[in-house]
Amino acid sequence: MKPVFLLLISAGILLSAARAQGAKELLQKVKAKYDRVDDYTATAKMKTNVVFIKAPVATIKVYYKKPDKIKIKNESGVSFIPKGSANVNMNNVLGLSDFEAVEGGMEKTGGINCKVIRIFPLSDEESITRATLYIDESRLLVIRSVISTKENGTYELGMSYKKYAGWGLPDKVELSFNTRDYKLPKGVTIDYDNGTGKEKTGQATSKKGKVEISYSSYIINKGVPDSVFNE
Amino acid sequence: MNQVIRVQQLSKDFGDIKAVRDLSFSVGEGQVYGFLGQNGAGKSTTIRMLLTLVEPSSGTIEIFGMNLKKHRKEILRQTGAIIEKPDLYKYLTAKENLRIFSRLSGVKASEKKIMDQLALVGLTERADSKVKTYSQGMKQRLGLATALVHDPALILLDEPTNGLDPQGIADMRNLILHLSRDLGKTLLVSSHLLGEMEMVADHMLIIHKGKKVVEGRVTELLNPEQSIVELLTPDLPATLVFLRQSEWAATVKEPVNGTIRLEFNKQRIPELNRQLVEKGIPVLSLRPLNSLEDYFLSLTKE
Amino acid sequence: MFIELLKIELYKIFKRPRTFIAFGAIAVIILLVQFALKVNGKDFVQFYTDSQADTFDIPYEKILNGYFVCVAVLHMILIHVPLLVALIAGDMISGEASLGTLRLLAGKPVTRTRLLMAKFSASTVYVALLLAWMALFALLGSMLIFGTEDLVVFKETDLHIIKAGDVIWRFFAAFVFAALALTTIAAMALMFSVFSENSLGPIVATVCVVIVFTIVQQLRVPVFEETVNPWSFTTHMLGWKGFFYVEKNAEGATITGSIENPAALLRSGLILTGYIVLFLGISIRSFNKKDILS
Repeated sequence: MKPVFLLLISAGILLSAARAQGAKELLQKVKAKYDRVDDYTATAKMKTNVVFIKAPVATIKVYYKKPDKIKIKNESGVSFIPKGSANVNMNNVLGLSDFEAVEGGMEKTGGINCKVIRIFPLSDEESITRATLYIDESRLLVIRSVISTKENGTYELGMSYKKYAGWGLPDKVELSFNTRDYKLPKGVTIDYDNGTGKEKTGQATSKKGKVEISYSSYIINKGVPDSVFNE
Repeated sequence: MNQVIRVQQLSKDFGDIKAVRDLSFSVGEGQVYGFLGQNGAGKSTTIRMLLTLVEPSSGTIEIFGMNLKKHRKEILRQTGAIIEKPDLYKYLTAKENLRIFSRLSGVKASEKKIMDQLALVGLTERADSKVKTYSQGMKQRLGLATALVHDPALILLDEPTNGLDPQGIADMRNLILHLSRDLGKTLLVSSHLLGEMEMVADHMLIIHKGKKVVEGRVTELLNPEQSIVELLTPDLPATLVFLRQSEWAATVKEPVNGTIRLEFNKQRIPELNRQLVEKGIPVLSLRPLNSLEDYFLSLTKE
Repeated sequence: MFIELLKIELYKIFKRPRTFIAFGAIAVIILLVQFALKVNGKDFVQFYTDSQADTFDIPYEKILNGYFVCVAVLHMILIHVPLLVALIAGDMISGEASLGTLRLLAGKPVTRTRLLMAKFSASTVYVALLLAWMALFALLGSMLIFGTEDLVVFKETDLHIIKAGDVIWRFFAAFVFAALALTTIAAMALMFSVFSENSLGPIVATVCVVIVFTIVQQLRVPVFEETVNPWSFTTHMLGWKGFFYVEKNAEGATITGSIENPAALLRSGLILTGYIVLFLGISIRSFNKKDILS
């Protein structure tokens, strides 16, 4: 009985080690693909879907520079850009140096069979506490990611790829995040009562906000001045 | 003579207060009609009814032969009025006030017409001064100018001499006479100052507690035989003794405030004066009291 | 003749120094608010966005633009403008009564209804000029000082972002609506004015009514919310803000040119118009029956 037991345990350890090894390998492959992009400037449209925000579709520019500089700018117009949108670039996760990765099986995401990989940064200094990536193994693309951060809560990203799939750059990103209640003290705004407020209080308000970024074009590896990120 | 105003059975109640009761009178064309009464007698209420400011409780008013209620506009277009103190727009000048009131009467008065009106009331030099800088007398004169600027046939003046100094009163009197005699206007003038009325009115009506007391020609109503003459002397007792033993005995009334009053034809004043002097009685003053005032007092005495 | 009367009433209004106090006061208040926001605008925006500062990057500088400042100015001063309107409209009849000119006016060959309508129309012109003056300072001034950008409107439980190109017409609509609201105040002040022989009474009465109804509205007591508030004119006077509430589509994006619940605005407009008709009706009836004893 004992040897069998030991064998089973060691087999289990070996298996999980192999799995971890597999996960890291896959991540390396994905990273290698993403690493081909040193910088980009992308033009995109951003739709905000937060229960307490009514915003027009914004035309934005997304600037990225390796390893982790990212800036989303609304060129003309006012937008409330979620802080977690810095995570729209996968390098935030893929660029981690000291982490543990575990395979979590296969899951169908957005019609694609994906390998689920859970990542646990080991350094306390990382802002990311945990991440789960859903990876399309055949194309080496992250289709979905759930990222928990120390400061800004949990973000969920869904990505779809078309034209720029070769660079690992999505055509569309859907960012979901937790929101806080928005409520100003009574008597501050003295709103006009057009009857719409009453309907809202009756509804269960969703605490999830969503932002959808649709990229129309990328300018890749043509250089982005650092000044863009300091504004 | 055409009747300009014809009032029949006019009454006005303010709640329980009967301000005017069954008042009937008529004013002929070209007359200066004196409307006399103490304060609160109902003069102002009557004039306000003639101007549609106050709705009568009952009775009818005809002006220029038309029913006032039915032909308000036509009648008021030919009517000018000042009621009590004519307070005008203090923040406007005399000219601006005149312009506004002429337009309200449906007349676009020319600059010349406005200046003529101001000249008539002696305000040419202050034409461009704001009314708030005016004295009461000047306001009163300007008020009259606003009442005249649209050249009305009928002029209603409610207590026009109120608050005026003696000179102002004299000026107003002359103006009324000018309007009547020279311009042929019909005037209804109310006052509680009866001496004034005597000098300007040819007809008069005396009203007391809303009711007519008497109405008629001034010359007929005033009996020159019945003048009250006031005698002021430092020696009251001796004077009284003399008078009561003389031919004047029947005319002597009870002394009032150290003065002696006698009732006789005022033509005989020089005669009395001579007799007193001859008797060595010192005379400080000897003058007829306003006959109308006394007349009024005797009529309205409760 | 009516035009002549209106001209006379306007002439009287604009010949009085007190008329210009309102214009002066509005200019000073607006300049003060603009100065304060120029100096300390970020704090002001922060006050509204504080709860979201962790979740979103908030573009404070962009939010603090001319349109936003204009809405803030209107929000602050439109509550007080009824006082300025009452100051003129509340004096329309009673002021003439206390001055002693009412008896001169009413003895002229002009019907009292016309006289009253001329006074009401003159008050309306005054309101319109006051708002035009406000637009000049609050809108044009703020646009010059702060520039233009998308407008963020902060409500109690949500916020609306309106494209810069979709804003100007809303201001015009808001000013027109505010004119209707202030005309309601003018009609009420005029009504009180008919019943009084001194100017202060109607002015104070008008301001008191506005204050009482505003407080009732702000208390949000369910009893009042269901009974008084739907009909209180102070509720509907805020309608100008309704032009800055936009509709969003299924995906959450605002629809350019849209208004959130335009039917409510229409209803508010009709209720205010109803009040104007009611106040004027009472004024005309009472003024025609009134014995002028002043």
